Amino acid sequence: MPRYSKTFLDHFNSPRNVGVIEDANGEGTEKNEVCGDTMTLYLRMEGERIAKARFQTLGCSASIAASSVITELVAGKSVGEARALTRHDIAEALDGIPPAKLHSAVLAIDALKSALDGVEAKGQAS
Amino acid sequence: MKRQIYLDHAATTPVDSRVLEAMLPFFSENFGNASGVYTISQTSQGALEEARDKVARILGCSPEEVIFTGGATEADNAAIAGAAFAQRESGDHIVTSAIEHHAILHACESLDDFGFKTTYLGVDEFGMVDPEQVADAVTERTNIVSIMLANNEVGTIEPIADIGAAVRKRAASLGRRVVYHTDAAQAGGVLDLDVDRLGVDMLTLAAHKFYGPKGVGILYVRNGTPFRPFQYGGSQEGNRRAGTENIPLIVGAAEALRLAVEEQGESNEHCKALRDKLIHGILAKVPNSTLNGHPTERLPNNANFCIDGAAGESILVGLDMEGISASSGSACTSGSLDPSHVLTAMGVPAERAVGSLRLTVGKSNEDRDIDRALEVLPGIVERLRRVSGAG
Repeated sequence: MPRYSKTFLDHFNSPRNVGVIEDANGEGTEKNEVCGDTMTLYLRMEGERIAKARFQTLGCSASIAASSVITELVAGKSVGEARALTRHDIAEALDGIPPAKLHSAVLAIDALKSALDGVEAKGQAS
Repeated sequence: MKRQIYLDHAATTPVDSRVLEAMLPFFSENFGNASGVYTISQTSQGALEEARDKVARILGCSPEEVIFTGGATEADNAAIAGAAFAQRESGDHIVTSAIEHHAILHACESLDDFGFKTTYLGVDEFGMVDPEQVADAVTERTNIVSIMLANNEVGTIEPIADIGAAVRKRAASLGRRVVYHTDAAQAGGVLDLDVDRLGVDMLTLAAHKFYGPKGVGILYVRNGTPFRPFQYGGSQEGNRRAGTENIPLIVGAAEALRLAVEEQGESNEHCKALRDKLIHGILAKVPNSTLNGHPTERLPNNANFCIDGAAGESILVGLDMEGISASSGSACTSGSLDPSHVLTAMGVPAERAVGSLRLTVGKSNEDRDIDRALEVLPGIVERLRRVSGAG
């Protein structure tokens, strides 16, 4: 299976931060309408920074690996910094994603954006 | 090193060592073009005709009714287009099922551009085609009916002889010659291939599915069948398939078929025992898993499941990390994002169809391979369900 990197397989096989955050400041659910992969990302803020991120994903290995790695990438970032993340950052953090699976990184970025929208909406409300 | 466990025999099989041995002399030693007049060409010619005889004996037909092709896809394409265009003046209609291999489905679709229309018949929940429905779909404009002998994804065996009888009756009442083709790519060395008992005019086989080489297929065309070839060149294969004959591959295909049929009983028993162990084991050990395909009318080597709360590709990657090769749907479409067209036609909802797993056993598998698969699969599914929130 040379098409998946060691890092990719590690994230797939031992995904980090699986689960739900009950008191999340923001959560985002995205579905890839083509393949049906579904991801929910939960964010918990501490002050201006993301303290904790968790996810639940039903999807292919790439969607699980991308979900797992994005929870690590956003930790400690401000909303603005997290918004600057792109699918390429996810691919890089996984030591590469096969081109055909890049939509999985897009799914994770979309879920992040929608979770960050939730964080900002709640921030304005309080 | 961990023992590699291959559970994807419906995708392809390794070349049997006896087959390879039969092929080897025809690469560098006896390399002559079968069309030549000199001695080494006669050796090739002899090997070609011997291969044709071998296949004809198994199909119960005359040698000249056997055409060697560059694979089953080519044979399927040639059958559909060949029969459709041969009666172009009087007809423009094709009947097939929604669960055929893409070599049939895409060939039919391509003929839309030339004014042909195709009826894609549905199947029941087990993937079974109804003979009466096929007959009812035949009109006074129908040129060809093509129904597979056994499905490559879910393993359901279709009632080919009954469908043939119903189609012939219907065609006779319309006073029309309707060509009847079956794609038997999954059935070589597994099911009866006698073309008269099956009642077919055309039949497709793929050598690499029965421990022969890739890149060589067989198309049986009954004498008198309307057939217009679409490969232009020399007069090889009775003017029906131009191009220098690939003697080593053809020799390999014929020898592989001979061996597979000779050992069919034993091999089917072996596979059936392993398949049933897999089916019972998975249904018992993996909660919310269901068997796809027919409970009894199925290929002896095929086990196909829907596994809720986990995507098929993820299960495959998980199994691969444990040294087990399996597939989701068919090998040809695992790169595609669409849920299997076969499961969809059987009425499986898209969200369940994405969690499909196909395990197909073969000669080299042993009891301990199944034990190993049953040992690791529940854990992989459980982990994926935790990740998806389903478990």
